[in-house]
Amino acid sequence: MLFSINETMGQYSELFMLLAAGTYTVAFVAFAWDLAKSSKTLRAVDLKAAAAAKVPVAVGSAGSETLPAAESAGARTAGSDMRYAAERRAPARVAVALSILGVLIHAAGVVTRALGAGRVPWGNMYEFLTTGAFVAVAVFLVALIRRDLRFLGTFVIGLAVIMLVAASVAYWTPVGHLVPALQSYWLVIHVSIAVLSSALFTLTFAMSALQLVQSHRQKTLAAGGVDKLGFMRLVPDALSLENLSYRINTVAFVGWTFTLMFGAIWAEKAWGRFWGWDTKEVWTFVIWVVYAGYLHARATRGWTGTRAAWLSIVGYLCVIFNFTIVNQFFNGLHSYSGLS
Amino acid sequence: MSEPVEAKNKTKTIEDAKAGAALPALGLKGMLRWAWTQLTSMRTALFLLLLLAVAAVPGSLFPQRPANPAVVTQYIKDHPDYGKILDAVQLYDVYSSAWFSAIYLLLFISLIGCVTPRAIAHYKAMRSQPPRTPQRLSRLPEYGTLVVPADAGIPASRAITDAAALLKKRGYRVEVRDADGERPSLGAERGLFKEVGNLVFHTSLIGVLVSVAIGGLFGYSGQRILVEGDTFVNTLVGYDQFSPGTNFQSNWLQPYSIQLDKFDVKFDRESPAHFGQPIDFTAQVTTKENPGAPAQKQVLKVNDPVTLGGTSIYLTGNGYAPVITVRDGKGNVALQGPVVAKLQGENYYSSVVIKVPDAKPDQLGFAGFFLPTAFVTEQGVSFSGDPELINPQLSLNSYYGDLGLDKGTPQNVFELDVKSLTQLNGRNLPTKGITLVPGKTYTLPDGKGSISFDGVKKYVGVDIHHNPGQVSALFFALLAVAGLVVSLYLNRRRVWVRTGTHDDGRTMVEYGLLARGEDHRLAGESAAIRELLQREWQLAADAPETSDTVASTNTKDQ
Repeated sequence: MLFSINETMGQYSELFMLLAAGTYTVAFVAFAWDLAKSSKTLRAVDLKAAAAAKVPVAVGSAGSETLPAAESAGARTAGSDMRYAAERRAPARVAVALSILGVLIHAAGVVTRALGAGRVPWGNMYEFLTTGAFVAVAVFLVALIRRDLRFLGTFVIGLAVIMLVAASVAYWTPVGHLVPALQSYWLVIHVSIAVLSSALFTLTFAMSALQLVQSHRQKTLAAGGVDKLGFMRLVPDALSLENLSYRINTVAFVGWTFTLMFGAIWAEKAWGRFWGWDTKEVWTFVIWVVYAGYLHARATRGWTGTRAAWLSIVGYLCVIFNFTIVNQFFNGLHSYSGLS
Repeated sequence: MSEPVEAKNKTKTIEDAKAGAALPALGLKGMLRWAWTQLTSMRTALFLLLLLAVAAVPGSLFPQRPANPAVVTQYIKDHPDYGKILDAVQLYDVYSSAWFSAIYLLLFISLIGCVTPRAIAHYKAMRSQPPRTPQRLSRLPEYGTLVVPADAGIPASRAITDAAALLKKRGYRVEVRDADGERPSLGAERGLFKEVGNLVFHTSLIGVLVSVAIGGLFGYSGQRILVEGDTFVNTLVGYDQFSPGTNFQSNWLQPYSIQLDKFDVKFDRESPAHFGQPIDFTAQVTTKENPGAPAQKQVLKVNDPVTLGGTSIYLTGNGYAPVITVRDGKGNVALQGPVVAKLQGENYYSSVVIKVPDAKPDQLGFAGFFLPTAFVTEQGVSFSGDPELINPQLSLNSYYGDLGLDKGTPQNVFELDVKSLTQLNGRNLPTKGITLVPGKTYTLPDGKGSISFDGVKKYVGVDIHHNPGQVSALFFALLAVAGLVVSLYLNRRRVWVRTGTHDDGRTMVEYGLLARGEDHRLAGESAAIRELLQREWQLAADAPETSDTVASTNTKDQ
């Protein structure tokens, strides 16, 4: 029934995690470089267009005045359908290649951890974080196949680096057996869905944050202001970001509903009641309600756009709070952090 | 300030005017209607929803009575400055507090007020035909035109029936209007179950709430400690602790029995970091559904409860129970049997309290510790080095006098009240403390009697629960998820097609699509319908990238 612990495998896993974090760091730099470089290139294109526009204006042709203006407005944000454009972005390609390398090493780390412990690799906070970061990056890279979301790279890979470093520094736990309370197939179901939903919430958090910045920038530009956030040119317009993050959030919300429900079923099996307002249950419920509020806000006049984005961000902050503060400092039945 | 009288008069006239204008117009009925409209508006629902999230938080910040009443009492003692104030505003009973209940009840009333009219409206919509064809289809978010050459032999009336057949095949409800007129058209709609899913989801939430209420009214739960060999019979006296639901009646308890035959714990002997941590608990039990029913052998584990007589029995705790014999001053056996040792620290370091009310002439009491594997530090502090019984040891102080049990006031079995007792043994007394290993007997000073440590048994703590609302809560939760998925991923779309004949004999077709709610695939649907029509009428397919679809499909439901 219980597999034996393999310490060597566990040490390999930790090595893989560090290597993955290192690779991601380089990928992060490449993504950041891509944002900076592309914004420069785009600005140069804009300047050229503006220079070209001056000639007909000087001549006094009224008709051609509108053309460059329309062009530069198009260059102000990336395509709203988030499809790949023809232009080559060498740094972005390097960044994606490095991310793929990183995620492969990361996968090796997760698998060896599972083999070392002889069970699913999400029995404590260290494992939840390392596996969660892996799922977040994997989902991001899979999404890249169909949509050009490389503008999110700095954010997602940056978060993955933070998660891996936090796991290794603050939450490190050696491979070990599960306490009897966690020995249930519900651990596989309940926690895997929680990891997946959290990974999706991570993506939408990044999008909502960008949406707020982009919306502010668009307002400034519309009012004739100076574009101080040139790197945001690579990012689609606020409405497209909102729509895509809504679609991902609906999936994540269904996932979170399952997390809550399966958690309740497991709680009934383990503790004899399906709901008891344990601290972790409270926060899982709070997160569910906040994202339910987000979904309703999207259908409420005056609450779309910026306000909805804020709700999505608040929801994600609750997810982080639930994971860090609640796990470590609140006493409850879910005290499985593996830290003492 | 210069003309206060006039100013006052002016205010008064304004107030009069206001009262005259607003109040009679509204009246009580109007006010109620206004309040109802406000309560059932989406904005209010959203506000209440967010308020519910905020209101749930304090329950995780402060200790809660239902979870642990003793911690709450201690918390109030530790915070004399604000502990009682928090109690007054029900912060230790957040989830049954007046304010929390008010929020969720208002939310559910708002929900009912929102769902009911929508359900009625949707019922009507499902029974009626698709909405009439708009005058200008080109205003719809998705719009396109097709031209059928005159020699194709497809007149306007034929084109509309073709389109109707295609849309029906695609799952639309279709109504053809004015088929033989000059401008025949059709209205089509699909995805009506999106709203049904939405309504089912919200109604199911009410079902979950009612199920929880049923559990609170008709359920019960309790705890019992069982030492190896003990039998629990499901009657009120069988419980160590019992919490009945509001409507509980004791004749609901089915008198089944469960006997603990053997309890095994497996400890981690592999990983250095978790060495000695328990990794498996297994209780072998013998159960009987009724006193006369045949006995059954079953296994009780964590995460694997035993169901019996409509209840579920859960393994929630365990420990050691040293077996003791106490003889009194007269040499008679005053107490014999296992004593439950309460877990205090690592490696089953446990506290022991033994009360011997039957001892004569004086009642006897013992308090101390049980160590499964006793070690003593150089400073003389004893601790348990391992969770298993390698070197079991009892260290006790002894007392004699009045235990206070005869007065009828309930006492905690794990605490010894030494107020009216005289100490016999103790670390600070010349008699020193009692240290016993299994098989040994200690004779108490002054001829007060003796105590023997006969052996060690194991005990388990079990929780027994009966919740009649549980199954329906699960049913409604599953229904809610099904409704949620349908409402999020099914798209409600309307299509209108209008045909006509050009002066030169060509058949002109125009179509438009509209989505209700979010629908990012509306453009795709439009393209698919266009392709189907083209194939049907054998028209040349569009060159890529020339379709006149519009990307923005973000129409909002009100």
